Amino acid sequence: MSYTTVVGLEVHVQLATQSKLFCRCSTQFGAEPNTQTCPVCIGMPGSLPVMNREAYQLALKTSVAINCEIPAFTKWDRKQYFYPDLPKGYQISQFDLPMSEHGWLEISDPKDRFEPKRVRILRAHLEDDAGKSVHDEVHGRADSEIDLNRTGTPLLEIVSEPDMRSAAEAKAYMQELRLLLTHIGVSDCNMQEGSMRCDANVNLHIDTPDGKAATPIVEIKNMNSFRAVERAIEYEAGRQYRVWQETKQQMGDVPKQTRGWDDAAGKTLGQRSKEESSDYRYFPDPDLVPVLSTPEEVEAVRASLGDLPADIRRQLADDHGLSSYDADVLVNQGREVLAYFFNAAEKSGDYKAACNWVTQDIQRVLKEQEQSIDEFSISADQLADLISAIGDNRLPKSRSKDAFELMLTNEIDVAAAIEKLGIEQVDESALVTLCQELLDANPKIVADVKGGKQQAIGALIGQAKKKNSNVDPGQVRKMCLELVEKM
Amino acid sequence: MSITEQSATESLALLKQGELTSVELTQAYLDAINARDEQIGAFLRVDGEAALARAAEIDQRRQAGETLGELAGLPIAVKDVLCDSDERTTCASKMLEDFRPPYDSTVVAKLKAADAVLLGRTNMDEFAMGGSTENSAFKLTRNPWDLQRAPGGSSGGAAACVAGGLAPLSIGTDTGGSIRQPAGLCGVVGLKPTYGRVSRYGLVAFASSLDQVGPLASSVEDVALLLATIAGHDPQDSTSLDAPVPDYLATLNKPLDGLRLGVVREHFAEGLDAEVEASVREAIKVYESLGATVKEISLPHSKYAVATYYVIAPSEASSNLARYDGVHYGYRTDVAKMISDLDSERKELEETDDKEGLEKLDTPLVRMYRRTRDEAFGPEVKRRIMLGAYALSAGYYDAYYLKALKVRRLIRQDFDAAFAEVDLIASPVTAEPAFKIGQMADDPLAMYLVDLYTVSANLAGLPGISLPCGLSKSGLPIGLQLQAPPLAEEKLLRGAQMFQAHTDWHKNKPEG
Repeated sequence: MSYTTVVGLEVHVQLATQSKLFCRCSTQFGAEPNTQTCPVCIGMPGSLPVMNREAYQLALKTSVAINCEIPAFTKWDRKQYFYPDLPKGYQISQFDLPMSEHGWLEISDPKDRFEPKRVRILRAHLEDDAGKSVHDEVHGRADSEIDLNRTGTPLLEIVSEPDMRSAAEAKAYMQELRLLLTHIGVSDCNMQEGSMRCDANVNLHIDTPDGKAATPIVEIKNMNSFRAVERAIEYEAGRQYRVWQETKQQMGDVPKQTRGWDDAAGKTLGQRSKEESSDYRYFPDPDLVPVLSTPEEVEAVRASLGDLPADIRRQLADDHGLSSYDADVLVNQGREVLAYFFNAAEKSGDYKAACNWVTQDIQRVLKEQEQSIDEFSISADQLADLISAIGDNRLPKSRSKDAFELMLTNEIDVAAAIEKLGIEQVDESALVTLCQELLDANPKIVADVKGGKQQAIGALIGQAKKKNSNVDPGQVRKMCLELVEKM
Repeated sequence: MSITEQSATESLALLKQGELTSVELTQAYLDAINARDEQIGAFLRVDGEAALARAAEIDQRRQAGETLGELAGLPIAVKDVLCDSDERTTCASKMLEDFRPPYDSTVVAKLKAADAVLLGRTNMDEFAMGGSTENSAFKLTRNPWDLQRAPGGSSGGAAACVAGGLAPLSIGTDTGGSIRQPAGLCGVVGLKPTYGRVSRYGLVAFASSLDQVGPLASSVEDVALLLATIAGHDPQDSTSLDAPVPDYLATLNKPLDGLRLGVVREHFAEGLDAEVEASVREAIKVYESLGATVKEISLPHSKYAVATYYVIAPSEASSNLARYDGVHYGYRTDVAKMISDLDSERKELEETDDKEGLEKLDTPLVRMYRRTRDEAFGPEVKRRIMLGAYALSAGYYDAYYLKALKVRRLIRQDFDAAFAEVDLIASPVTAEPAFKIGQMADDPLAMYLVDLYTVSANLAGLPGISLPCGLSKSGLPIGLQLQAPPLAEEKLLRGAQMFQAHTDWHKNKPEG
């Protein structure tokens, strides 16, 4: 018997606004508890919310970038429940008329573990975040403390259709979403800090002799990294299959279950199931007015987005000859690295070489030094010079990594690095003389080459380097072959 | 005539002329409060010292020739539902008995900026839920015309303090008639502005889509003066209307030429007291004598107004009052006692091995919520929270809340159609004059029906004014209500002023 894993994701993204969704408090992460609050966000009697236009604009930008339709009319609803970190007793959210719906996001895997596909997006809506409960068990008995700094931070909830068919696809969806949202600058999408959060709805479609069987849907919470999303779904799929084999329980047989991911244990654990499904008693928030969007506004937002990661991948492959793998790796480095790449590539005219430097050597250094591209000591212009020096033979390819290391450690440009390496241009006549001497001294090799074994030349290259360290191996090979032809 | 019997406008003129000081005026009202409020019970708290200090400061600034605010030196009473950073704001509820807001409501800020002298805070039904002020958690307020009778509500203290000569100006709030009804029953003038005309920022919400802050005083002119001060757009209130505020006082005495006065067929039906009907019809005749044409109109959906109101208002209230949970501010149950009770309950369940009982036992958090809300909310507030939570529940939402919203729209359309034909609508304020305290204590439904003539204006968002138009044989005031299209307060005030200019009902005062 075989099964398919079916996954839908609900992703919450904190929008990178200066202030909260319905008041002017700062949204800065990491401040002292309860220092970024005001009567509005802590739900003081009589306080009233006023929508932050910037938050709505960022949400609109995101919605357009994930290909959603933007209805002309959207409104705010109260989602009501009691919890200590929810001081108003309700969350201001959007229920039946969200600000955007029916979008999609394309995912693919450079390693081709799955076919590229469009994951449909059901809806994306804006809401205010709750505070944080800090459970402090130091003082002998469990005490809970509430930090309301986060209360009221704008959150965009992006709900996908159950279109993903593996943990890898779910992870790719999350990564693509983060790439897109950081690219357009609407969120920093930091899963550790909670500015991007994800709940997964998972079940299995199992082939049985009697046809397909669907296992009960389980919602997984508490996944704090992309890796956790992947591992949790993988684990959950295996668990559901084992449970199904034992119980044969199908969707509808048991209420929807919520399980929490325990990263250290590598397991999902059942959370106390509620006796009945919660009734949030949604109703339109009478303190707020509906928000209207015109097609012109939406078009203006669309025009302001520029090229998105998917567009850039296509351009790199189609217009600049990069492999789709390279294009993907490059785009996945994020907006700043991409800007650096384009700078170096355009200036040197060699996209492939720029891609190799950026995705290999530079990435390695950034990782080792824990640096961002802005802190990297070789500028894009200097990298372009390095690439040009190799292209016009001022720098033998075999010495290029040495030059790169020198530029890096001594913070010098390529010309200085070439000088420091003692590389001098070997002129054509010197090269002819050198190669002719070698060929004359090695008649067997000449005979082998004439007999069709061109690779025999290889033995001469090492000798040539010994005689003159500045010669370029490629040029030696080329010259020797030319000379043999004439012999 | 003692200075507490003159109108606010008259006092203001004397203050400006230097013939009266704010200290003298404030002291006179404080004396009246000392003399009579023990009986009336209009105020929850009076801070005489602070009021006199403020009055002295304003007098000093006037002497120094400074430009002063438009209410400079006039004492004013504020319903205990508007946040004031210098004051507790209790909403007459045990829940907020010690609550000190860290900020001023926009209306209070405007009063301070206008250099008014804040006298104290007036009694009300708890969280403005009620029509008699009997639902206050703290005290009874009595009708100055008959101390055995209720002043109406929920702004009962606000109306009674004006009727009793304890304050010249008063701020109330009106969600279903809570300014107009007590004004009518206490024989004073009260105006509910268009929804959005006055900022709700800092007004502790009962039903957000219906609540409006408005003025009460002993004359239309004084009401116009106070409305001009508190009206206007507020960026802190998303539902506030961004429309200019006309100079109400400038046009007040211009009669409405060719006034078309609407009389609603459905208003003069069963249940309307004969004396009230006679007084209102007499008032309509006064308008005719002043050249108005009277036109009978119909508001066919008005019979659903009370039912619609008692779905929408409790629904919003159930949500607005969710924040009073004992976590962040306000009343919290005795936690030590709660924990020990919970422990003994658990022990008992364990001894009897009652697994189901153990499973269902509250967590400490849930028990804290339950006890806090049970102990600190009064019965009417609980009733409305339950009504609202029910109406918004899954499976009932469409039948109750959504249907009520649809009827609300129809009620508004009725008014739109009516105002195509008439300028103002005249009606009773209540079906009967002031009722006895305790008369409706066991009959909440009868109490709800008191709102019959007033709730429509809230549902439709219209302005309405209540003004005295008669006295019953037993000596109780009878009120006339005028309603106008949205933002037509200027017309409403001029229409009311036409009546007062030609009648003396507003000059009657209770004996005391």
